[in-house]
Parts: sequence; structure tokens; C-alpha cells
Amino acid sequence: MGREKKLRVLVAKPGLDGHDRGARIIARGFRDAGFEVIYTGVHQTPEQIVSAAIQEDVGLIGLSCLSGAHLYLFSEVLRQLKASGAGNIIVIGGGIIPDEDIPKLKKAGIKQVFLPGTPISEIIDWTRKNVPPARRPISSGKKAG
Amino acid sequence: MFDEKTLTDARQGMKKWEAEVTKSSPDLAAKKRLSTISDLLVNPIYTPEDIRNLDFDRDIGYPGFFPFTRGCQATGYRGRVWTFRMFSGLGTAEDTNRRWHQLLKEGETGLSTAFDFPTLMGYDSDSPKARAEVGKCGVAIDTLADFEILTRNIPLDKVTTSMTINPPASVLWAMYLVAAEKQGVGWDRVGGTIQNDMLKEFIAQKTFMCPPEPSIRLISDTIEFGTHHVPRWNTISISGYHIREAGATAVQELAFTLADGIAYVQDVIQRKKLDVDAFAPRLSFFFDSHMDFFEEIAKFRAARRMWARIMRDRFQAKNPRSWWLRFHTQTAGCSLTHQQPYNNIIRTTTEALAAVLGGTQSLHTNSFDEEFALPTEFAATIALRTQQILAEETGVVNTIDPLAGSYYVEALTSRIEEEAWKYINQIDDMGGMLAAIDRGFPQLEIANAAYIFKKQVDNTDKVVVGVNRYVAEEELPLEILKIDERVEAEQVKRLNEVKRSRDRRMVAQALKGLLAACQSDKNVMPCVIEAVRAYATEQEICDIYREVFGEYRDPGFF
Repeated sequence: MGREKKLRVLVAKPGLDGHDRGARIIARGFRDAGFEVIYTGVHQTPEQIVSAAIQEDVGLIGLSCLSGAHLYLFSEVLRQLKASGAGNIIVIGGGIIPDEDIPKLKKAGIKQVFLPGTPISEIIDWTRKNVPPARRPISSGKKAG
Repeated sequence: MFDEKTLTDARQGMKKWEAEVTKSSPDLAAKKRLSTISDLLVNPIYTPEDIRNLDFDRDIGYPGFFPFTRGCQATGYRGRVWTFRMFSGLGTAEDTNRRWHQLLKEGETGLSTAFDFPTLMGYDSDSPKARAEVGKCGVAIDTLADFEILTRNIPLDKVTTSMTINPPASVLWAMYLVAAEKQGVGWDRVGGTIQNDMLKEFIAQKTFMCPPEPSIRLISDTIEFGTHHVPRWNTISISGYHIREAGATAVQELAFTLADGIAYVQDVIQRKKLDVDAFAPRLSFFFDSHMDFFEEIAKFRAARRMWARIMRDRFQAKNPRSWWLRFHTQTAGCSLTHQQPYNNIIRTTTEALAAVLGGTQSLHTNSFDEEFALPTEFAATIALRTQQILAEETGVVNTIDPLAGSYYVEALTSRIEEEAWKYINQIDDMGGMLAAIDRGFPQLEIANAAYIFKKQVDNTDKVVVGVNRYVAEEELPLEILKIDERVEAEQVKRLNEVKRSRDRRMVAQALKGLLAACQSDKNVMPCVIEAVRAYATEQEICDIYREVFGEYRDPGFF
């Protein structure tokens, strides 16, 4: 039997967009809901985000973009995750995203897009339903629990 | 302000009123507390008792007279209506020039420039960091060549222009000055504003490049240069807007903005040894106008009164113009909703009215579709008409500071001032704004306020129409503005052409001179102007700043 680990979440701001009010609130929301949260701060390249996600062993990445560059930036993160063998990390997104871009993002691999006005609880509930918490294997020679 | 009999009568009247309310509406007493959007308690009624400690001459007075609670200019809007200054920029310089001509034709009276993210951050359109960002949030400007197109057929001696630009402010200002020169307009005649306020970047807007100390040095360089060479230019727009948009309360917006102002004034005096009266009259400010109507009006009045006291008493400024707080206002972007966007027209209207009743010098009104994209021409025109209707049809411009003397508004003005001083004193105790930023104080105050507000909305403690009440089952489709994907390629092509045709040696020489200036304490502006004239790119200049001063990394407070 494995001990359940808390889900680790990376909240990230790709690109040059500095509008971080939403990202910071979501990060806090995850933290208050009992998840382990890493917030990257602004101005992250897709490389930096993928590297942080792998290093921090996260199960979920939340991307926020309000500058209109989401189609390129989000798919670039997805592409690099896959290329690094971390394609199983679930990625969600939010920000200023026109309705017509949502299907494009989902096709690229973004699991869900949360638009302005979404209650924090809705994002948390979705996460609990759709993102498996990681399981830590028992290490040999040690008692469980 | 009131004699003892008036106050006694007011107290007795209050008791009678309270008894009546308890008798006729017993559940009113049990009603939950009402507050402004920033959580300042609001009483059901205000009387002379609530402003008993105010002194008319000391605290309210007259427009044009210390402490300017009622306005800086004696004639208010009767002398000059506020400037209709619509923030705009999109795609290429041609696209933006076209939008500017359209807005001027529709009656805006001042220009305001929105740049794209690469330009805001000091990157050229061909930088890998600029990929997919070019022209999306504003106009792409890489060199003077773009700027000349941007200002084509705009008479720079007749219209003033604001530019929302921070780390690369020196560069864009240099482009403006050279573009004006080429129109035959001398630096003594050209007028406008550069935002150029880095402290609020570290606190809120987050378009930063170099660390705080060298960022302030660059700002003091521009203020000094403007003082000596460009007398009609506001070389800084000390901003609360972005602080508010990041989630601050009205009190925090006011306090942190004024604390930033204090830091800038101190730096110019210390670093440049300028007399405060030499540069203070050209400091300007920029505030948000949010949804709590009276709270915003009170905030603007408190701002004027506080800055007057800071400049006269703390900095010993002697010129009354140094005591003036002149400000631009933008209606609150963060109050706009994605849901039922046409409702945003009403929000912008009440926010604009609050700014006008608060005595703003200049105003931008948001378009209803800005939760989705940059505004369409249609939406931007409605936003402009909002200002024109307020100015022409409502009569609010006919008298100066019409709400002066209101028991509520005066009580709220004093309350906001009192709370803001607490923050300023706290920041002083920390050693000033730079020290406060270093330890994350304003950033965390804002993060806390933003989170509290979000939870209040999620719980419907605070109602947002269309979002948590009066929700539409189905949203109507909306036609939004799309930036053509070709913009990026076109811009890169033009940039390459400029690089091909310019004098490479002149650019190299100018950049070398700038490097030396940065490494000394020589004012950088003359070198920036020389570089810009030679068609150096914005990034080439900013790369020098990054090389000498280093790069700032977001500490990621949340």
C-alpha cells in the first residue's frame, strides 16, 4: 500500500504578460485547499515552466496568460512536456482567452480552460475530480505509515 | 466647523432617527454591516457630528488654494474640461495611427499610447521572447522609424500624448522628442507624459527589467532632463491604477502611490541636487476609478489634500504648483465582466462620473469588450461618448467640487486620508518604499486584499451583476477585435529593413556612449536620443541597461 502524497501544483505565467492577480489568487486557493503549490512568478519561458514542473514533480500545471499569446505559449509548454517525457502532467489554463480559441487549446492538450469570474471552488472541485494525487511507493526496509 | 448647538441638535436628531428606524424596521438593525468595496464601514446616515473636527479653511477651502481638496485649478472644469484621453494602441504603427486619427476625429482631446508586450519589456519584435506577442496588446515599436509612422500627421505642437511605458520610458521618450523635432516642433513646445514609474512595477504591474536601484536612477535622469530641456513634459505619472488593478483597496492604492511619490522626490533631490520646486510641478499622477462611487470621489479629494501637505510640510516646497496633485484617471479594468459585456458600459459610466466628481485632469474610459480583446472602433467610440455626454449633458461641470460639504463625502475623505497616513507611516518606519518592496510588504498587502475580495465575490458577499447574480443562461455572441497574425511578420520585415539601411557605425558609436553613461552617473538621455536618432532598436538600448544594471526576477509573492 502506498502512502498518498499531496498533489503538487505548479501555477505559471508564460510569456511577457505580467498580469498576475488571477494566477496569485488561484495559487492561494490551491494552497488553502490543501495542495502543495509552487508559483513561478511572471515572465517564464515554456522551457522554464517545463523544467520547474519536472523538478518539482507536479501533477498539475495551471497556465495563465492575458496577453493574447496563449495559443502559442500553451501549446509550446505541452509540446516541451511531451518531448521531456512528462506528457502525463495535466495542464489547465486561464486568462483572456476568446471562446473560439478554447477548442483549439483543448485539441492541443489543455485539459480545461477557466475563464474570468470562475469561482475558486469550481477549479478546486475540477482538480479533485480530474487530477489523480500522486502515490508514493513504499521504500524497502521501512515500516509503512 | 459647526457650533455646539448644531452638534447638539444633530445628536438629538440622530437619537430620534435611530428610534424611528428600530420601531418601523426592526430587521434593519440586524442587517449585515455595509461597507465600501474596500471594506470601510458605511453608516446609514451622516450628520454634522461625523465631520465635527473638520475646519473649513484647513481641510476643505477653495479650489486653487491649499490644501486643494476641492481642486488644483481655481476655475475647475469651468476653466477647462478634463482631457478626453483614450488609451489606445494595436498592431503596427499604421494600425495605431489610423485608430488615433479616428479617435481625434470623434473628439478625443489628448492621445495615450498602448504598447505591445515586447515593447513594454524592451524586446524587439524579432526576439524569441516576442513570439506571438507582437502587436497583440498594443502597438509594436522597435525603432524611430515605427514612431515616425505612429505620429504621422499628428501635430505634436498641438496635441499632448501620454505613453504607458516604464523600463524603456527613456527610449520611447527619446523617439517622441526626435519625431517632434522632425516635424519642426522644438522640445520647448512638445507636451505629454511618460508613465516611467518603476516602483509600481515591482509592486503591481510587473513590467520590469532592471532591479529597483538602477531603475530609480533612470527615472531621476529623465526627470532631470525634462526639468532642463522639456518644460511642458510630465516625466513621470506616479500610478495607483495598476496597484488597484492588482487587487489593492482604495486606501492601499492611495497610500502606496503617495509613498512611491515620496521615494521619487527624495531620490531626485538626493541624486540630482535639484531644488524641489524645480521639478515637482511636473510630477503627475494616475489613479483608478472603481465601482464604489463615493469611495472613489473621497479618495481623489484625499489624494490632493495629502500630497499638498507632503510637498509643503515634508519637502518644504515653496511654489504652490509643487503642491498640486494633477492626475489622469482610468476607469477600473478589473471591474469589467466577461459575462454580459454590454453591462460594462454602465460600469464605465458610473466610474467615469466618480472621476469627474473627484476632479480628474484627464480621463480614459474603458470599452465594454475589453475583457475579451483590445477594443473595436465601435466600442471605443461609445467609451469616448460616455465622457462627452458627462461633460455636455449632465451639468456636473457647472460647479466646482459639487460634493464638498456633504457629510458623507467629507467624512469618507477624512477616513480614507487617516487610513492612508497609517500605511505611509508604516512604510517610513520600514525605511521607505524601496525597503518595503524588498521585503514584499505592498505586494503581500495587495495579494491579501485581492484574495479577500475574490472570496467575497465567490460567496456573493459582494454582488457582481451577471457573475454571481442575474446570471444569463446563455451569453450573446460578441464580435471582438482580432490582431492579424501577419502583424508579427510585417513588423520583423520592417525591422530588418531599418537595420539594413541605417548607419551601423553611428549606432555602434551611440551605444558605446550610452554604455559609458550608464557606467558613470552621467545623465543617459542625451546618449539615448543619439542612439534613437541613429535608428538603434529599443532592444539594443535596453540590452545595455540589462548588461550594466542586471535583470530583476519576480520573487513570486502570492
